[in-house]
Amino acid sequence: MSTPVATRPFAVAGVARAARVRRYGLWLAAAVVLLLLPQSVRTGTAIAVMNQMGIAVIFALSFNMLLGQGGMLSFGHAVYFGLGGFIAAHVLNMAGRGAIYLPVPLLPLVGGLGGLAFAALFGSFSTRRAGTVFSMISLGVAELMAASSLIFDKFFGGEEGITTNRSKAPLLLGLEFTRDRQVYYLIAFWLFVATLAMYAFSRTPVGRMANAVRDNPERAEFVGYSQHRVRFVSFCAAGFFAGIAGGLFAVNYEILTAENMGLNASGAVLLMAYIGGIGAFVGPIVGAVVFTFLQSMLSDYTGMWLLYLGILFLATVLFVPMGLAGLLMLHAPVWRARRVGRLLGPYVLTGALGFVAAVGIIGLLEMVHFVAADRTGTRRLFWLVVAPRTLMPWLGFAALVVAGAVGVRWTGPRAVAAFAEASRPGRP
Amino acid sequence: MFQLIFFSILNGLVYGMLLFMLSSGLTLIFGMMGVLNFAHASFYMLGAYVAFTVGLHLGFWPALVIAPVVVGLLGALVERQGLRRVHRFGHIAELIFTFGVAILVEEIVQLVWGRPAKSYQVPAALDFPLFRVMSSSFPAYKAFMLVVAVAIFAFIFVILTRTRAGLIIQASLTHPQMVAMLGHNVPRVFMIVFGIGSALAALAGVIAGPVLGTFPGMAQVLGSIVFVVVVIGGLGSLSGAFVASLLIGIVQTFAVAMDVSVGGALAAMGVHVNTAGALHDLWRVTIAQVAPILPYVLLVLTLILRPTGLFGTRET
Repeated sequence: MSTPVATRPFAVAGVARAARVRRYGLWLAAAVVLLLLPQSVRTGTAIAVMNQMGIAVIFALSFNMLLGQGGMLSFGHAVYFGLGGFIAAHVLNMAGRGAIYLPVPLLPLVGGLGGLAFAALFGSFSTRRAGTVFSMISLGVAELMAASSLIFDKFFGGEEGITTNRSKAPLLLGLEFTRDRQVYYLIAFWLFVATLAMYAFSRTPVGRMANAVRDNPERAEFVGYSQHRVRFVSFCAAGFFAGIAGGLFAVNYEILTAENMGLNASGAVLLMAYIGGIGAFVGPIVGAVVFTFLQSMLSDYTGMWLLYLGILFLATVLFVPMGLAGLLMLHAPVWRARRVGRLLGPYVLTGALGFVAAVGIIGLLEMVHFVAADRTGTRRLFWLVVAPRTLMPWLGFAALVVAGAVGVRWTGPRAVAAFAEASRPGRP
Repeated sequence: MFQLIFFSILNGLVYGMLLFMLSSGLTLIFGMMGVLNFAHASFYMLGAYVAFTVGLHLGFWPALVIAPVVVGLLGALVERQGLRRVHRFGHIAELIFTFGVAILVEEIVQLVWGRPAKSYQVPAALDFPLFRVMSSSFPAYKAFMLVVAVAIFAFIFVILTRTRAGLIIQASLTHPQMVAMLGHNVPRVFMIVFGIGSALAALAGVIAGPVLGTFPGMAQVLGSIVFVVVVIGGLGSLSGAFVASLLIGIVQTFAVAMDVSVGGALAAMGVHVNTAGALHDLWRVTIAQVAPILPYVLLVLTLILRPTGLFGTRET
């Protein structure tokens, strides 16, 4: 009788320790990766892209505090990003003139406070209702700010925006930010801190209540929580972190224009979060990284990168509403049951057919682009040289699209069935 | 002064009726499916571009018929293949879907027709001044726009209130389950309404393209205003959309015509402000500059003070 009683605390402690190791180990590993990442790349462009990614990740995570965790679809989240950035840029200019003492590493905090202030202002009335009304008000506020940016020249700098210079600000502990690589560490630091803080926020009672209000506002009201206030707190927090991202943007690019807080910027963050998956905390991280990567990679090859990202976005909405991260997480039980091998066959087949269809679609679009631009002759597409002014390439790529689409229609349901079979609990 | 007011009212009427052609379809679609169609203005843009291309080969009048039909079919296809699929994920997913369609349409328009604006011209048959009042003239094409818009208004009104199809549509707005029980194919009714709404938007594009410009940003410019109209008029209410369209149309044309600044107005009343201070931009702003903001201020105020809109009966 005494033995189990004696061993149980040990067992519990063991489980708790394993959970702790897993929880803190993940964050520690993330920190190490962030520190070592710049060592692994040689080119300056890669550093620039990583800086862009870091800012995008914070921004997308803050957006998902609204959409994923609070059920609020905002079409104007870039307003807080942009306003935070503008305020940070002006403060940086003041610090450069010596009007105030503020070193660069603390600047994102200024942006965050700016975002918070405006989120508190606009959130006070826009969070009263959820759903479509909230979305409409956010759109109205975004248009309002876009129109105001044309009027308030002093603050928004008109067409050319506000420029700033990070090297003129006073130093903190001798840290200089003249090169992109140095800025990377600043962004990485704030990325880590902000991500940790946003994760912690989702675990606090108010973060949990945001989920409750998203799922069932009436019931949350009956438990005694004001849905307005819960949404308001989430909204302010999201505005704060968006402002931090905006402040980092000001430090990194040293310029802000009204476009940074426009509708397109707000749309981009929606695409990022949704492609990554709004149901999981890591979703927007995945989405922001994938989006930024594709954006910088595609823009080297084609002027239509937003078209491709738009297609990817629509495909996600239609077929994979849980997003990339959600799709991966769906496979966790299969992975644990060690049955991934069974899925390999159907997945590779479906993936290959999907790839064929994608090649066909890209080929057709690029040829349309070629013809619409009034060019003649030939151009390279993938591994072959085609002449878009002749019929054959059109037929060829169209055949690829049809073959791929028909194939996926046939193999797709089989892959889904294989997944359902593999994730059924029971003996392997 | 009389000249200014007269022409502002006329232009406001034309602009307002144009807004109504878009907002009528949008509000019907919302009333039925509960989804705010972000892509509605994209169909308007597609209408203008298709009409431009058709017009190059066949002329303006065939384009006036062909473009709305083509775009209407496309709209029905989007509803059938896309919107119906995401319907089960809820209204937020539908909103996100239509947002994606709007992005895609804008990109496709840029891909096919290019970034610069197209020189989509007023047809020669209508390119003459209709009448003159003092020193200003009123173009015949604007009168034509007004006639088309009024005809569309009458068409919708008759269809909805005097025909059996309109009866089914109206019933589907409020009691979709009951209509389905009576043996009507409600999803098909939705698809048809979506298609007709898209066709109306395209028709608005066809007739507005030569006046407001045919460029890839035209959907975004007008789309937000149309949202404002349907929200102020009350979502799902046709009469509300009508009144709000005219209201916004006239308010905007009047505001654009007024070149009075806030500081100037205060000075006229005997209040003098320090125009050199930190807020000096604010005092120098003229009403014409504020004109683009006005609809959004109205939108936000409506949503705060009266979320049902002017004539709406339900909240979103």
